[in-house]
Amino acid sequence: MLSLESITKTTQDWLLAKFTPTLALTIECVIVILLAITLFAVLGLVLVLLERKVAARIQIRLGPNRVGPGGIFQTAADTLKLIMKEGLTPDTADKFLFNLAPFIVMMVAMLLLAPIAFAKNFQIWDINIGVLYISAISSLSVIGILMAGWASNNKYSLLGAMRSGAQIVSYELSAGFAVLTIVVLTGSLQISEIVASQENGWWLFKGHIPVVIAFVLYIIAVTAETNRAPFDLAEAESELTAGFHTEYSGMKFALFFLAEYINIFIVCAIGATLFLGGWMPLHFGHWEGFNHIMDYIPSSVWFMGKTFLLIFLIMWFRWTFPRLRVDQLLNLEWKYLLPISLFNLLLVTVIAIMGWHF
Amino acid sequence: MGAISLIALLIAAIAFSAGGILVGKILVKGSSNPQKGQAYECGIPTNTSPWHQFNVGYYLFALLFLIFDVELVFLYPWAVVVKKVGILALIEIMVFIFILFMGFLYAHKKGALKWS
Repeated sequence: MLSLESITKTTQDWLLAKFTPTLALTIECVIVILLAITLFAVLGLVLVLLERKVAARIQIRLGPNRVGPGGIFQTAADTLKLIMKEGLTPDTADKFLFNLAPFIVMMVAMLLLAPIAFAKNFQIWDINIGVLYISAISSLSVIGILMAGWASNNKYSLLGAMRSGAQIVSYELSAGFAVLTIVVLTGSLQISEIVASQENGWWLFKGHIPVVIAFVLYIIAVTAETNRAPFDLAEAESELTAGFHTEYSGMKFALFFLAEYINIFIVCAIGATLFLGGWMPLHFGHWEGFNHIMDYIPSSVWFMGKTFLLIFLIMWFRWTFPRLRVDQLLNLEWKYLLPISLFNLLLVTVIAIMGWHF
Repeated sequence: MGAISLIALLIAAIAFSAGGILVGKILVKGSSNPQKGQAYECGIPTNTSPWHQFNVGYYLFALLFLIFDVELVFLYPWAVVVKKVGILALIEIMVFIFILFMGFLYAHKKGALKWS
């Protein structure tokens, strides 16, 4: 059967048979590089178009519909336009840091791809501390944002970056606690083991109320971490022009924009992996026929379906809730979400020890 | 793949970003104009440097974050083994979280969580 798993296995066997191990590894690295770059480009094009289409649908208008059928080439045209723009660097800016910041942001986004299980046995690196790795790397993105804001030598950018920093570090806590509930239930940090533990049901369904609370907390926290509305104070168009990337133009701006969308994809992919079973198909207890039909759908389709469902949810938020003030934002995290997630963690521990989950 | 994949991904990120910027540099014929070098900010000429003192509130939240983030790091190894160790681990972590929560309440009473 043609699946991603068999393709990777055949490729690896063929490479090892033809070349020396070192050369085979190098070729594999090149393949990974090409795939990662392709994934980034495609995701950028798809997600930006999706965002505009979803926004249009919610606001009862058409959205982009001129370039290509149904406007599907709109983002490709936009990217071409951005490439053709001159990348300016302000004279007063800290030039080195100014040019370094987009690279940092992209590197963080790229490194986060490593432990994500895109399909059955289709992972770049199944690191045994997967969840810890993700939370460690994702917290680095704030450095890129602060760097961009500070180096721009512009008050609004600095304000946006500071707000973004305060917001990202604050909400990282509840995201971390939400992730911990799943770690407590599975007893492993490895992504493949977490997915395997959901073979007979996703944690969202079999983990009782604490996991549902953790899921809600996770979605709120990642919405804030990716600077999405209603938590988009960092770039609030109407008050800070564009926050930390006001001064960026051309391709450097495009990189920030792309990294933002890639980050949304990644956090949603992690959410889907932890709470919605990753690439595991939907199974119901003893419905043999139903389970059998679900198994026929490829695992990559399951994974992408769940991820895009969560992405849609986050896009939906943007057009539903008004933006918070900075004090409301920090209040929400420190006075509500953090105590709730601390208590929730204890609750889930009791459930895990007593074996009250399914 | 092992840890080498991280190097591959780093190369991919640098190649992607540098490639995009380079293609832009090659394709675009820039024009020089003294006004182009000015910071955009919000459209009008900027006055005073933005690199000066900043609201201390951000610093306070960063400090609080540090405490809880270190706590989170302590919780990771605990979370892996809690099911095996059983009820003892639960009691221990309750004590740990209780102490931290007292600190949190203290910060709350002191008004560190109030944005001013």
